[in-house]
Amino acid sequence: MKIALSTSGSDLSAGLDTRFGRAPKFLVLDLENGEFEVIDNQQNLNAAQGAGIQSAETVIRSGARALVSGHCGPNAFRVLSSAGVRVYNSDAATVAEAVEQFKQGKLKEAGGADVQGHW
Amino acid sequence: MILAIASGKGGTGKTTLAANLARAFDRPLQLLDCDVEEPNSHLFLPGAAAGEEIVTIPIPEVDESRCDGCNECGRFCAYHAIVSYGAKPLVFPEMCHGCGGCMRVCPQQAIREVPSRIGVVESRQSGKIALVTGRLDVGSAMAPPLIRAVKERLQPDMHAILDAPPGTSCPVIAAVRGADFILLVTEPTPFGLHDLQLAVDMVRELGIPFAVAINRVGSGDDRVHRFCAEAGIEIILEVADDRRIAEAYSRGELIVEALPEYRPAFAALAGRLLLGHNDKEE
Repeated sequence: MKIALSTSGSDLSAGLDTRFGRAPKFLVLDLENGEFEVIDNQQNLNAAQGAGIQSAETVIRSGARALVSGHCGPNAFRVLSSAGVRVYNSDAATVAEAVEQFKQGKLKEAGGADVQGHW
Repeated sequence: MILAIASGKGGTGKTTLAANLARAFDRPLQLLDCDVEEPNSHLFLPGAAAGEEIVTIPIPEVDESRCDGCNECGRFCAYHAIVSYGAKPLVFPEMCHGCGGCMRVCPQQAIREVPSRIGVVESRQSGKIALVTGRLDVGSAMAPPLIRAVKERLQPDMHAILDAPPGTSCPVIAAVRGADFILLVTEPTPFGLHDLQLAVDMVRELGIPFAVAINRVGSGDDRVHRFCAEAGIEIILEVADDRRIAEAYSRGELIVEALPEYRPAFAALAGRLLLGHNDKEE
């Protein structure tokens, strides 16, 4: 299974970005073989509107079945849920730390957005 | 004749000039308040409300029994107002610009349009001035369609003054497009000059004739005057930095009524801009 994580860096040691819609990048990790790809999200960083929706579409297209991010707004949550992507909020400092939390089942699946839009 | 009053910077006196020019004009005219996020021309122009009409934009409504989740609508929509993963499309009305594209591209004809309220257009008569005010609902980001709804009330047989929103983005373009002349209001400060230059670039792009009005002359420096001289832009009106004007403004009074000595200048400018009177004829 693949999971997506919001980040400002390009590898597992990079920081987990607290934002979802306006995260600079997404790291998509294949939990089976440990391989990952990094997807640029720069376009949404500067979007006036709809950043959460578009970022959610990016994550869905990446094939990830779960998202781990600091926070997730209402529009993004709606889109992700509609595609069956589960959302997890994490306060981990790095992507690697967040992956560990996920693997160990320490993250609780979010039942809804944990922040307002334009957070 | 449609005269638009615009500015790059906010707070330079667009509404003040628009309302005073309208009041100083000696015949019936329309004043359209296109600053729909914060309309305030009415504060200067008492009169009985003559009506209020609700303005809507069309947003998509999906018949889920017909939708097969192909996401043609989502691929078409530039604003991500509709997305579909599986058989249950999501609509985000606050993103929708009401273009109708999703409805047209849907192979299943599963989408129809339903109206979604964005604001109101209010009318009132204040002396010779027929005031039309657009008022965007709190939370709505769709100013341009409401501004267009205000401008649909333009009467071809009357002169009109349009009070535009500040800035140089979509709402301003929606307001000033179609105007015969634009008056750019600024103030003699670094901020006034900076935003005036943006506004001049915008107006030149639109190809509409324009001139500059400088408000609160004496409060800053002469950099706006120098810029206009160097760029060959006419300064068509200068309003002094007069404390009595600020005091009248704070009471919601018009300059031309509270301080009659200013009336001839506003009357002459209104005549020149709306009727084509030149200074000699005045």
